[in-house]
Amino acid sequence: MSIKADIKIDCKGLTCPMPIVKTKKAMNDVGNGQILEVQATDKGSIADLKAWSESVGHQYIGSTEEDGVLLHYIRKSGDEHYIEAEKNFEQTITNEELIDRAPEGGIILDVREEAEYAFGHIEGSISIPMGELEERINELNKDQEIFVICRTGTRSDLAAQIIADKGFTKVYNVLPGMNSWCGDLTKKI
Amino acid sequence: MTVFKMTAAQVARKVIENQSLFILDVRNKDAFEDWKIEGHSFDYLNIPYFDLLDGVDEIIPKLPADKDVLVVCAKEGSSLMVAEMISDAGRDVFYLEGGMKSWSSYLEPIKVGDLTDGGEIYQFVRLGKGCLSYMVVSEGEAAIIDAVRFKDVFTNFAKEKNVEIKHVFDTHLHADHISGGRHIAKATGATYYLPPKDAEEVVFDYTPLEDDLTVKVGTSQIEVGALYSPGHTIGSTSFIVDSKYLLTGDILFIDSIGRPDLAGLAEDWVGDLRETLYHRYRELAEDLIVLPAHFMNIEELNEEGTVAKRLGDLVAENHGLNIESEEEFRHTVTDNLPPQPNAYELIRQVNMGKITPDNDEQTEMEIGPNRCAVR
Repeated sequence: MSIKADIKIDCKGLTCPMPIVKTKKAMNDVGNGQILEVQATDKGSIADLKAWSESVGHQYIGSTEEDGVLLHYIRKSGDEHYIEAEKNFEQTITNEELIDRAPEGGIILDVREEAEYAFGHIEGSISIPMGELEERINELNKDQEIFVICRTGTRSDLAAQIIADKGFTKVYNVLPGMNSWCGDLTKKI
Repeated sequence: MTVFKMTAAQVARKVIENQSLFILDVRNKDAFEDWKIEGHSFDYLNIPYFDLLDGVDEIIPKLPADKDVLVVCAKEGSSLMVAEMISDAGRDVFYLEGGMKSWSSYLEPIKVGDLTDGGEIYQFVRLGKGCLSYMVVSEGEAAIIDAVRFKDVFTNFAKEKNVEIKHVFDTHLHADHISGGRHIAKATGATYYLPPKDAEEVVFDYTPLEDDLTVKVGTSQIEVGALYSPGHTIGSTSFIVDSKYLLTGDILFIDSIGRPDLAGLAEDWVGDLRETLYHRYRELAEDLIVLPAHFMNIEELNEEGTVAKRLGDLVAENHGLNIESEEEFRHTVTDNLPPQPNAYELIRQVNMGKITPDNDEQTEMEIGPNRCAVR
């Protein structure tokens, strides 16, 4: 299946260093939090894009292979805004508490980008990326408990606030988030 | 200033002649830590090329002015880019032609010694991968043992020496590199031998390499004799050449011994390994020169670049030959094993003829250091 990306670049047939040179340039046009898809055929791009992403602070989500073409997904997380942001939403729950409460019902709402969800999410969680939340809010049920999760608790903090503003009361922000999730992950790629 | 090209052959001379070289390795950190160009007098700086995209100003002061500076990457492209930036900054600099890929493939043929009646034995040292192959030549004929996959290197060398390749042997079914044995045999009409106990799953024709089999190379009858010596694999076989050299395959190395686990049977083969190292080899003449199929690091290279040592010296010095208790021996060779070589299961499949990857895929499988030994 295809994974949603905001910008795609074609590095097919290019060898090292060109995939990284092009990716670096393309990143200038990618907004914070958006997803870049890099299409490459050079196998070395797997290790290099991952290491490069880490060294400059982007989030390397993962890669798949389709008909001999590697598709890499990188999320731009350009500034500390995403790392040290203050979390304001008051109703929170820890990863561990969420695991304990799961059998009692409620839904886990994953507000990360579709690509992040595809490369690893909690089984049974539903995906509504942050940017689509307001227009899809009617998919949620006010009577259910809603556990909002993202990678580090920042996007889910904002998402929980948005949902609460619509009159939902049983809303919790899950901390610290998928980044520290120790349970099993399901993939959708 | 200028960007110069350096070939793998030139780097090999620097390793063997103990020359100095400053290597700026621009691969990513993991790749560098796993495997790099080893030299007695080499200095290193590892900075991934993608950290240098905005300029090389920061590293220029770290590059010595009194040594050749060689930029190295996986295939070449990134090293050329970085070399050009360094040259633009006013420095002379080299890049490695073909990158680590060509370093991994390069073979340096070195003469080990003379045999009876004008015969010679050559060692093909694959510095980048730690593999050693052998050619015995005598009176217009040649035998090859443990050839790596670069068939043309061997056939061209035979042409140069004006000898016909008659016998091609593999001491065992290799797990760390792809054998060129059966391809050389096919191209030259030579006989290809493989130990039958290692060959149960192979899908091509071969001549069984049995214990005590001997072949003559040339009319003066230089003898290459097989000695069954299991332990690394169940079929592992050594050779005694001209009563002078003991080719040990992956059973005994200069500073280490073979590991018994690469075909998945460590526990079963420990006893065989012990028997070979502590009994079978001990009955041989101590003056035999041991020629292994691998070396682990360049400390094992002799002055002229060969890897060879008297059996008696190894019995005295090699830790793996001096573990008295069988229990401790078992523990050493089954519990303390280093990581297994890159893609070793796939490589075994290739050597059995079950899969036929293209050249790039073969290169990819063989990337990384040698890991056939237990220290």
